[in-house]
Amino acid sequence: MPEVALRAEGLEKRFGGLRAVAEVSLDVHVGEIHAVIGPNGAGKSTLINLLSGELTPSAGSIFLGERAVGTLGVHHRALAGIGRSYQKTTIFLPFTVLENVRLAAQARAAGGLRIFGSPDRDGALNGRARAALETVGLAARAEVAAGLLSHGEQRQLEIAMVLATEPKTVLLDEPLAGMGASEAKAMIELIRSLKIGRAVLIVEHDMDAVFSLADRLTVMADGRVIASGAPEEVRRHPAVRSAYLGEEGGVS
Amino acid sequence: MGGKVRGRIVPAALIGAAVALPFLATTYYLQFASKILLMGLLAMALNLVVGFGGLVSLCHAAFFGLAGYMLAIAAPQYEAGSIWLTLPAAVGAAALAALAIGALSLRTRGIYFIMVTLAFGEMLFFLFHDTKLAGGSDGTFIYYKPEVAIGTLRLLDLEKASAFYWVVLGFTLAGIALLAMIVRSPFGHALAAARVNERRARSLGFPIYCIRLAAFAMSGALAGVSGYFAAAQFGYVAPQMLGWHMSATALAMVVLGGMRTVTGPLLGAAILMGLEEVLRATTEHWKLVEGLIIIGLVLAFPEGVRQLFPIIFKPHAFRIPRRAREPAVPAREAGHA
Repeated sequence: MPEVALRAEGLEKRFGGLRAVAEVSLDVHVGEIHAVIGPNGAGKSTLINLLSGELTPSAGSIFLGERAVGTLGVHHRALAGIGRSYQKTTIFLPFTVLENVRLAAQARAAGGLRIFGSPDRDGALNGRARAALETVGLAARAEVAAGLLSHGEQRQLEIAMVLATEPKTVLLDEPLAGMGASEAKAMIELIRSLKIGRAVLIVEHDMDAVFSLADRLTVMADGRVIASGAPEEVRRHPAVRSAYLGEEGGVS
Repeated sequence: MGGKVRGRIVPAALIGAAVALPFLATTYYLQFASKILLMGLLAMALNLVVGFGGLVSLCHAAFFGLAGYMLAIAAPQYEAGSIWLTLPAAVGAAALAALAIGALSLRTRGIYFIMVTLAFGEMLFFLFHDTKLAGGSDGTFIYYKPEVAIGTLRLLDLEKASAFYWVVLGFTLAGIALLAMIVRSPFGHALAAARVNERRARSLGFPIYCIRLAAFAMSGALAGVSGYFAAAQFGYVAPQMLGWHMSATALAMVVLGGMRTVTGPLLGAAILMGLEEVLRATTEHWKLVEGLIIIGLVLAFPEGVRQLFPIIFKPHAFRIPRRAREPAVPAREAGHA
């Protein structure tokens, strides 16, 4: 039985009269990549924001392991083991690459908010930060200001920051958005490596990437889950074909 | 190595000159220097939230003035109050007020934060202005400077301008050391991170609200230290001490001196008050001239006059010394954030 890292039950989010997310239940296991796909406006970003705590669900519950976290705010949920990336790269642009990742490590470290000492000279923090940079392949850029990195490198940095918080569950909101082909290829391999020891939920529009990465797929339309399962099952699902993949099923 | 030693010579020389000032200057200028240090301390305290925290507060005069009023209220009227009692009472009151005002106003952002702090500051102003508390709108006199004594042994006579100046200098230097420590610490880095990208800082797991509230309270307490000694020096407190005009003056010192360094606002205070002193003696329309000069300085040095220091004293290095800086590359790039 695989370990369930993240589970949502009957999740619902209403904005006035609009039900952006309705009756969504899904789970993500440690060691798997669970992709959520669907046309624009299907509620994917809302779902990710509900899971990370930026939005409070109107109904339903969210569990991290056995712990109910549906009412926790963003920073508590981060400390409970959720790390996320944003659709638009969200990093500390004026700080160096190393400082960015070190801040991520610091957020989870004991004494991470003491008012004496210096993180510059904190061996443990720097070690964790450099290890995360090593993993994403940015070690050589450690001293560069994050704002001076290329778009692809900034996305790598964001992943490194997520890793440095040592999350059990990683939420990735369109990690390939705006990337060139070669950058995307490297990023896909990086994402593939994330699932080792972690649960990964990814929202992505690049179908080639999704089908190459995902162990399981959930398809959303109009805020609801219309299909869920292994990629091959989902690909053959008639509702999915009409709602999203197009009549010809033009996905290789 | 050479740069490191040189980087310490300048501050050491400045501190040496400051300590020696009572042997060189007349009482008038000594008092003037004390005033600069106290306003500088207020501005540096304010800068912890403005420059490092990115929170523009318009109520720091309230903490400054409240501490001054606490000295007036806590000290007996016809004898000197003990510094051991009145200083903690004054700073404690300022810190508590900052904690309460911060707890409410930090729920807002940006321009709303400025307006809410302004409103709270004015509430405290009118508390002292419109009630009979401590002399109402006229304010009240403090006839004696606080006493620094252990038992009957008087350690320092603060009535003497030199002793008072040294005590103020000591607290200012301690304030600089404290602020430098905070800014360089993990806490200071988290505070700066929240300024640069609040959303990312929060999703990494930083409790942004608590971090900002702690910074706000520490900043208010330090503003209280300044207000306590300012009240003792002037010999009276009046509601104007708590008003927004005072807050805005401190803010101008911050902007003028530089927001990204600990000591920039002290330099801003020295420039602003020095200008005032010189211009007032030369022209009747000194405020107009002062205003124009300040606008010119801010346009010429958008990152504060303090940015000139490393260029003047370390022409080879041409960069801000690491230790005086928060975890950042030039502030220019913060524009993207």
